[in-house]
Amino acid sequence: MEIIIYLIPVALFLGGAGLAAFIWSVNSGQYEDLDGASYRILEDEDKPL
Amino acid sequence: MSMMADTVERGCPSGLAPPAEDRASDFSAFVREAGKEKALSLSVRGAKCGGCLSKIEGALQALPGVTTARMNLSTGATDVRWTGSLDPNRVAQTVRDLGYGVSARAEANDADLHKAEERKLLIAMGVAGFAAANIMLLSVSVWGGHGEMGEATRRGLHALSGLIALPAVIFSGRHFFGSAWSVLRKGKANMDVPISLAVILAFSVSIWATIKGAEHAYFDACVMLLFFLLIGRFLDARLRRRAYSAALDLAALQNRSVNRVSSNGEVNAVRAADVVAGDRLLLAAGERAVVDMTVLDGVSEVDESLVTGESLPRLASVGSKLFAGSVNLGTPLTGQALAGTEDSLLSDIARMMEAGEQRRSGYRKIADRAVSLYVPFVHTTAALAFLGWLMLGAGFEHAIMIAVTTLIITCPCALALAAPVAQVVASGRLFRKGIFLKSGDALERLSEIDHIVFDKTGTLTLGEPELMNADSIPAEVLAMAASLARASRHPLSRSLVAAAGPGQMAANVKEQPGLGLEAEIDGNICRLGSADWTGATKGAAKGPVLWFACGDDAPVRFDFHDVAQAGTRKTVETLQAEGYELEVLSGDREEAVATVSHDVGISQWTASASPAVKVKRLEALRAEGHNVLMIGDGLNDAGALSLAHAALAPGAAMDISQSASDAVYSGGPEKVPFILETAKRAQNITRQNFALAAIYNVIAVPIAVTGHVTPLVAAIAMSASSLIVTMNALRIEAGGRS
Repeated sequence: MEIIIYLIPVALFLGGAGLAAFIWSVNSGQYEDLDGASYRILEDEDKPL
Repeated sequence: MSMMADTVERGCPSGLAPPAEDRASDFSAFVREAGKEKALSLSVRGAKCGGCLSKIEGALQALPGVTTARMNLSTGATDVRWTGSLDPNRVAQTVRDLGYGVSARAEANDADLHKAEERKLLIAMGVAGFAAANIMLLSVSVWGGHGEMGEATRRGLHALSGLIALPAVIFSGRHFFGSAWSVLRKGKANMDVPISLAVILAFSVSIWATIKGAEHAYFDACVMLLFFLLIGRFLDARLRRRAYSAALDLAALQNRSVNRVSSNGEVNAVRAADVVAGDRLLLAAGERAVVDMTVLDGVSEVDESLVTGESLPRLASVGSKLFAGSVNLGTPLTGQALAGTEDSLLSDIARMMEAGEQRRSGYRKIADRAVSLYVPFVHTTAALAFLGWLMLGAGFEHAIMIAVTTLIITCPCALALAAPVAQVVASGRLFRKGIFLKSGDALERLSEIDHIVFDKTGTLTLGEPELMNADSIPAEVLAMAASLARASRHPLSRSLVAAAGPGQMAANVKEQPGLGLEAEIDGNICRLGSADWTGATKGAAKGPVLWFACGDDAPVRFDFHDVAQAGTRKTVETLQAEGYELEVLSGDREEAVATVSHDVGISQWTASASPAVKVKRLEALRAEGHNVLMIGDGLNDAGALSLAHAALAPGAAMDISQSASDAVYSGGPEKVPFILETAKRAQNITRQNFALAAIYNVIAVPIAVTGHVTPLVAAIAMSASSLIVTMNALRIEAGGRS
């Protein structure tokens, strides 16, 4: 059972990494335009020749 | 490029686009310097789909020197940055040419505040969720190892839970603690007081339990409580911010530039806000007046439909008074400003709206009423439990533990979610039908409506007269008349052109304001306009008429009428069958209002109603105890819209009317029964949710007071009640009118 001494910190670290990513995404404005984002992925960057 | 222009559809195909206004505003007054670049913030109206986004951004990026052009589809805010000598008016014109409404956007600091608040809540929610999940992981092993786990292991797991909970409680809980502290200092209590008390006490008791090596610690309950409550808070903040950004559009409407004529005759573009009484202003063709003014020079027809609701233009000549919001249809006019923008009609109406909105915010939401019952109940129960157990001989420690579990278990997760979740589901249902709800409590007010007041122009009718007798007019006469009409902005001319279809414009068309048009076709002088202008004898007509005469031929009459939108009659019947009282309140002429009211089957109508009369009528209805729903689109309706118990505006309405109303719908009045039905349904569900929360407390409180709440019971009870309330709210979607 000593393994949980490693497992718990690992689990917390992974969870924390997810939380950090979430906070980053909120602060960088990823949720500001939910309507637009869903259309932007369909936008074709390439211009026709 | 011309190929492209043909294939690109103008405006938003969703039909929500307001009619593009020909507005000669000078955008250079609103350009900011951002380092080496120049920046312009625009508010684009009418873009509601993905096609609009790529069309607008693509067109802007194609302009010379533009480095970034990014539009937020949810709000319409568009930021454009460029280097070099690009004319800002060309930027705006590019968007306008695509068929959207554009105005310069006010850089308001409040908008950032609202955004920051919403972000803070979202992050707090994320932190609480993270902590709740991780502590639950540890708690489950404590509960699962009940009786087998050694005391040292259990204490270690509790201590670890406490370490995770401490930063989460401080970080996510400060929203509640701050608000609780500020009302407590004023000697009052709100919902945040029992929440803060429960969280802080439960946390302290759990630390004590951990140190002593006791079996139960409530770290998971504290954090989970915060997590559920923050979900409710976040949904609420989101709805409120959406309402706020709609109000910002009103500010954008005032961000116009005006052509001011200086004493030496030079014309300069200045910001509308800089106009003072006495300034000489030039009002070009197609331009909208931003201040009230008297005409000093020129004769032209002006469209006052947004000010008065009158569907036909009025002739303005030297000495006439023009109100802010009128559009010049003909030749340029010079006028003297009677007041600055602050004191003009537009601002008067904005002030009327503010007053109405203040009254509306005084409306007590069902959630507030529930909280005012709830707060004393929780405090009393917890205090009684504590005292009761003390008197029964329990130790102080045991008694406080039971009081804390009572606080935790009665804490209002379900109560906090009951209203916001129902509102979010209902607004989603409306959104898919092209209806934009602007505030959550609007649903509550919409569900209480018993009397509906319609504006006529633009609401019941399309505001565009239709040619009645096209069949009895020879095709070549119609084509000739249309070739003259193409030169004019007059609504009758435009509908004549629409009836005739595509064709040529006659050369050298002269417009005589108030009379009509004149041009030479094949050597004959042709005239289109009033009876006097064409030499015809006036006859009795139901609606507006135009006459056309060419050379010595007898004048031909064109009959127009204002038609009700398709399906309006059926909508009226549906609403009447459901017991609503209907009424038409219009600023238009009596015969026009009477005809349309009769056509759609509404017997009660008022014509020639000024904005003040509309407001008065609304006041009277309120005094009679009616809950009035006002539906209108014009500037003249804005005051009445904000006074009504609830208000709706069609998608093509003036921005100011959209700002004053609770919801904006695309399409015709057939959306109204659907909106009302959804509101009623949402209100029913909200009531059920509060009932469920109450039932939950009836069951949970005895369990807590008798000391049977372990952390496991608390966790199950809290999540189950929140889940039930959320699932119940999802029923708003199911069934009903499609």
